[in-house]
Amino acid sequence: MTNRIALCLFAFVVILAPFLPGFPPFWIILLDNIGLAAIVAIGLVVLTGVGGLTSFGQAALAGFGAYSAAVLTTHYGWSPLATLPVALAVSAFAAFFLGFVTVRLAGHYLPLGTIAWGLALYYLFGQLELLGRHDGISSIPALTVGGFSFHEPARLHAVIWGALLLSGIATLNLLDSRVGRAIRSLRRGSTMAESFGISASYAKLTVFVYAAVLAGLSGWLYAFFQSAVTPSPFNLNSGISYLFMAVVGGAGQVWGAIAGAFIITELRDVIQRVMPALLSDSALYEPIVFGVLLIILLQVAPDGLWPLVQRLLPEPKPRPVPVHADTLAGRDMPTARGEQILKVTDATKKFGGLTAVNGVNFGVKAGEIVALIGPNGAGKSTTFNLITGVLSLSSGSVSFAGQVISGIGQRRIAGLGIARTFQHVKLLPDMSVLENVALGGHLRGRKGFLSALVRADRREEASLFAEAARQIERVGLSEHMHKPAGSLALGQQRIVEIARALTMNPSLLLLDEPAAGLRHFEKGQLSELLSQLRAEGMSLLLVEHDMGFVMGLTDHIVVLDFGTKIAEGPPDVIRKHPAVLEAYLGGAAEPAKRSDAVSGGAEA
Amino acid sequence: MDLTILLFLVQDGVTNGAIYALLGFALVLVFAVTRIIFIPQGEFVAYGALTYAMLQAGHVPGTAYLLPIFALIALLFDLYAERSRITGGFLIRQGIEKIVVPLALLFAARELAGVSTIASLVLTVAIVSALGPHLYRIAFQPLADRSVLVLLIAAVGTHLALTGLGLVFFGAEGLRADALTDFSVDLGPLPVSGQNIAVYAATLLLIAGLYWFFERTVQGKALRATAVNRLGARLVGIRTKGTGKVALALAAGIGAVSGVLLAPMTTIYYDTGFVIGLKGFVAAIIGGLASYPLTAAAAITVGLIESFSSFFASDYKEVIVFTLLIPVLLVRSFTGKHTEDED
Repeated sequence: MTNRIALCLFAFVVILAPFLPGFPPFWIILLDNIGLAAIVAIGLVVLTGVGGLTSFGQAALAGFGAYSAAVLTTHYGWSPLATLPVALAVSAFAAFFLGFVTVRLAGHYLPLGTIAWGLALYYLFGQLELLGRHDGISSIPALTVGGFSFHEPARLHAVIWGALLLSGIATLNLLDSRVGRAIRSLRRGSTMAESFGISASYAKLTVFVYAAVLAGLSGWLYAFFQSAVTPSPFNLNSGISYLFMAVVGGAGQVWGAIAGAFIITELRDVIQRVMPALLSDSALYEPIVFGVLLIILLQVAPDGLWPLVQRLLPEPKPRPVPVHADTLAGRDMPTARGEQILKVTDATKKFGGLTAVNGVNFGVKAGEIVALIGPNGAGKSTTFNLITGVLSLSSGSVSFAGQVISGIGQRRIAGLGIARTFQHVKLLPDMSVLENVALGGHLRGRKGFLSALVRADRREEASLFAEAARQIERVGLSEHMHKPAGSLALGQQRIVEIARALTMNPSLLLLDEPAAGLRHFEKGQLSELLSQLRAEGMSLLLVEHDMGFVMGLTDHIVVLDFGTKIAEGPPDVIRKHPAVLEAYLGGAAEPAKRSDAVSGGAEA
Repeated sequence: MDLTILLFLVQDGVTNGAIYALLGFALVLVFAVTRIIFIPQGEFVAYGALTYAMLQAGHVPGTAYLLPIFALIALLFDLYAERSRITGGFLIRQGIEKIVVPLALLFAARELAGVSTIASLVLTVAIVSALGPHLYRIAFQPLADRSVLVLLIAAVGTHLALTGLGLVFFGAEGLRADALTDFSVDLGPLPVSGQNIAVYAATLLLIAGLYWFFERTVQGKALRATAVNRLGARLVGIRTKGTGKVALALAAGIGAVSGVLLAPMTTIYYDTGFVIGLKGFVAAIIGGLASYPLTAAAAITVGLIESFSSFFASDYKEVIVFTLLIPVLLVRSFTGKHTEDED
């Protein structure tokens, strides 16, 4: 909350400043330029700093807003305010289109697409008769609302900074929401997000359109600020400088965007005013200064300048865990205890010539702990990925509670109640443990983007966080709840992943090496927790190397070697099974048998 | 439109397309080895063209002065990075690479400016390709392990700085070089100039050269190994820092050759390279930033579309070429395999 109050105070000071006697008009213009740029940069902060996507085309998107206002007011006589929804919609639609084309591709296609599009749109703005070609559109009327004119610089200044304040608050709200956590999870790659039912494509598209709407808003304001629109402020170089602001200030923070906009706008002003005194042609040096500064900054302060300021500020108070919150709806177990809940039939996965999993059959009964063991490279994690839909089967099938789930996609599999952890921990290291765990509850919430902007999602958020806190307590990490997840020991991070998976309220839980990196005492605690989950009716499938842990805990063990199942049965049987002993301890005594077991995976 | 115009447009398109193909190769090469989306490739083209035009006109080009400056900064970077373990051998190697060679090239440029076409050509390629490794050392090597996105932003910063330096060292005036040769041959109604033939020959030679380099030499294989897995390459003893420098030297060299080929055909300004380079990008992206043959085919297509749209809708030439990327991305988006990118 303090961040919002600070933003309000700051904006009000800036808004009121021009009413001070003797405030130089030149400063008002400069502050307006900073405000307009900061609105665009805030969008980029969410897109780049938080979502890990980059756009060089924000200037062109701002151009849509500006030209919408200009064309509709001058050619069609619309009232200025009536053009606002159109301006925002046009920018949003343009971004939706470009985003739709690129979100499914690797991360660098969006920036490349925006470079190409930024150029194409700039040329287009300069060629269209309707937009006045290179001369642009002039004599745009002053912004008036119901007869009240904002022609006066100080009044328009208040509008610009008011818009910045609203954008900032909306962005803070967005980041602190269910949708915001989904956007933040994008940086960790789509596998983790999708395994909790988050659509990575949808989250990317949402954030790109949001950034475009802010750019459109800035463009719309710019049209009335300048009373004229020409193509040049919307070229690729302006797009680059917006990104520059976000990077300089500190991508990831609303304050960073404002700081970045201030620094870059001020720096450009200084270069333009001071350089001519030193050198004959200052325009010459502007790109060099900016280019070199950008590279230095990336090398020296990759997180931007705001985090350096932040270190001087007092630590923000941790988010209080809600006390009175509605409980989230639970899930009925899909099968009665003892019946088959998961069935893997003839599962085969080939990577080119390598058969990683070869015709594997096994099942998990409801309320049972099954372990998947085998030497390194046996295909255990691949099997996990086949069950959860991260990888598609080459042949065979997987069914869950009687329904075939192979091929239906990660998100729908998650929706059925299959949660998982990862062999290589996939947490968001900068986010608190609590927020990381709340991410697991994504599918148990409903509130979307618009509710987040206006904070109509508080009740649901309280429930999600109460549930997350409950799961953290259950796994015994309460004291670490408010720490950044990245600061915990690796073993503890694995436990955080378990809490996150539990927040999904699954009926089947898949754990990939949960005990790795834990100390003896902690392993005992984990073992107790898993037994307790089993007692509650949950089914568990785990991959684990610690045999003591596996033998003491599980009901049933499946042994893989080179992608083929070599044995299965209760722990006592597996302990003495000759093929298992051979796979683990080497088979010098019976070489013939080993080559049989190997044949499946050795084709590569 | 009669047959002659059609043939002219095709010839024009293929010639430009061949140059885009060269740039597309350079971009694919740099991306594969270093993961840098190398936006400044076009600046090498402009530098190459302007350097060549100035040498031919008997002037010492700005790049000849820029090279020792870049080398000196790179030397300071290396001295600082290695400050605790500087040996005599290290100093000698650094001295040759970063002081002797750049100064020798500067000296050669002063002596050989305006002497002969061949001398200008060789000097241009030598000077511009020597810029590449120093640029890598200064701008990219400290960021080598960062995400593609960070490298991309650094590439854009480099583009800005190089464009600005181009303006300072070459001025705002455009330059045009004399043709390599007056030779011309008539193919039916269509005259094919020696310049055109040189462009086709250079493109084919470079394709053959790149193939030989990547398939037959240890250096080339080291670059490919780095492209597949940086850490793995390092573990088997490949100096991945070295491969980045080689990649940028090659890219700069290819850019310089493209510039030399382009300089007699059109007037080149300090900032012309950017848009030319981006058209190479359109080709490289169609090739998925991975395939050389696909990039070549795409580059020729881009050249043809450009030449035909300049005939039918010349005002919208650039709009058409860059919008071309959208359907391409759309197709890739729904057919290609999707990579998991994580930072």
